[in-house]
Amino acid sequence: MSDKRGNSRKISIKVEEMQPSGIRVFFDLVLGMKDVISLGVGEPDFVTPWQIREAGIYSLESGFTSYTSNKGLVKLRMGLQQYLKKRYGLSYSHDDQILVTVGVSQGVDLALRAVVNPGDRILVPTPAYVCYAPLAELAGGTAVCLDTSADGFKLTPRVLESALSVPAKALLLNYPCNPTGVSYTLRELKDLNRILLKHKVMCISDEIYADLTYDFEHTAFASLPGAKENTLLLNGFSKSYAMTGWRVGYACGTKEVIAAMTKIHQYMMLCAPIMSQMAACEALQTGSDSVAEMKREYRRRRAFIVDGLNSLGLDCSLPQGAFYAFASVGKSGLSSMEFCRRLLQDEKVAVVPGTAFGKNGEGYVRISYAASMEKIKEALSRMQRFLKKIKK
Amino acid sequence: MDEILEILEKNGRATAEEISRMLRKKPEAVRKAINKYEKDGIILSYKAVINKEMVKYNNSGVRALIEVNITPQKDLGFDKIAERIYSFPEVSSCYLISGTYDLLLIIEGKDLHTVSKFVSEKLAPMENVRGVVTHFLLKKYKEDGMVLKRVEENERIAISY
Repeated sequence: MSDKRGNSRKISIKVEEMQPSGIRVFFDLVLGMKDVISLGVGEPDFVTPWQIREAGIYSLESGFTSYTSNKGLVKLRMGLQQYLKKRYGLSYSHDDQILVTVGVSQGVDLALRAVVNPGDRILVPTPAYVCYAPLAELAGGTAVCLDTSADGFKLTPRVLESALSVPAKALLLNYPCNPTGVSYTLRELKDLNRILLKHKVMCISDEIYADLTYDFEHTAFASLPGAKENTLLLNGFSKSYAMTGWRVGYACGTKEVIAAMTKIHQYMMLCAPIMSQMAACEALQTGSDSVAEMKREYRRRRAFIVDGLNSLGLDCSLPQGAFYAFASVGKSGLSSMEFCRRLLQDEKVAVVPGTAFGKNGEGYVRISYAASMEKIKEALSRMQRFLKKIKK
Repeated sequence: MDEILEILEKNGRATAEEISRMLRKKPEAVRKAINKYEKDGIILSYKAVINKEMVKYNNSGVRALIEVNITPQKDLGFDKIAERIYSFPEVSSCYLISGTYDLLLIIEGKDLHTVSKFVSEKLAPMENVRGVVTHFLLKKYKEDGMVLKRVEENERIAISY
């Protein structure tokens, strides 16, 4: 049996229609090559601080190898409750307003499945992290991309307001943003929040890079006036504590939404791995110095790389958070993909084409500075050589 | 601690130019600050950290930790006698510490014999030195924050979202 496109019906149509990322081919090219200097990673180059790793080891030694409560270890949820209160003044009850997830990715998936009805519009400012639109569609919604490229990659009140001339279910906001490094000040967030409240549109706020905000204090969306009941806060341990492989995130929101998410979570995942949760407890208790130290290092690399890129003619503004520079390759005369492919083949430097994050990422590349200063220096000098060559 | 010092402590080869770019300061200002640190004796020297455990034919000899008990001198306390001791080139480090003994020395010599000779002929007979305990170093695992073993590195996937 096959449909009109000739696909056999073995695979769900929805999955068949998911963005078949052309980027995959490029990724495979990178992975097949040796001795690449990579500024293409989406994770810290640090290893998890030792005391956190040690807590994970200790949990194994002590025989903590079981399931936990679906919602996550009480100890971890209580730690999160205290942390959120202290950091943002947010009061979430560990009992029914916090859910421990397997990374923020699962949090996004749960959130969308929990709230989306068929055809609901989910607004995604783009360029954006890759999972939002496909997961919105899988959940039965319609992803609506809001183009931010004309506004310095920032969602403006004007763009949001005009998108809401047609009702929408939720806005999926990610700040500091992967891939652009853009974040929002308190005032900018307040303006967006007012519009969301007016139109009764929920905010799903992915703040995984919150601790890596360099020029001002990060504001949690839920802490804005009137926003808490309307917001689902997603965060996790991956980026702040260099814990990507542990897979621990958390979601905080209203009882209603958290209960709905937990319902799905108990069927699909049961719980996050217990040893990872134990390690996360340690991170909350003793990790803040390590976070501060890594942040200082990222900030220095940020200044260094942005300065270097601009002097090469790869224009980019100073990103306010995360560990990415989103640089324009316009002056090279190459498309994003072409630029990345040739840079890889000629100079063995890997960066990610902006188009991986949406069509309007064309003309840009994402350059990660989660790499040692030595590597950054070497990569910049290779890029310089590359740009000289293609100008000829 | 000033961030300039933090950077140089990790990488003594970082140039003023590079540091200025990391900190978004003028190169001139960074150069000036470094010069002042050098002049004031805050930055003492720049050197490579060598993992002698891995140097072939290394004749770096032996090291010993030595606990020294001292009778302090009137008015001078430990300082004068410490100075007499640490001025020997064999003494690579010298600390005054609290607890059951007074000075902790790190001694380097080309072999066991040289170190023993230094202890028995120079150190122990000194006036005010009441006793010494010598511990020869068997193996170094970590020094000044650096692990002296090549560990297999987890190769991160070279590209990811």
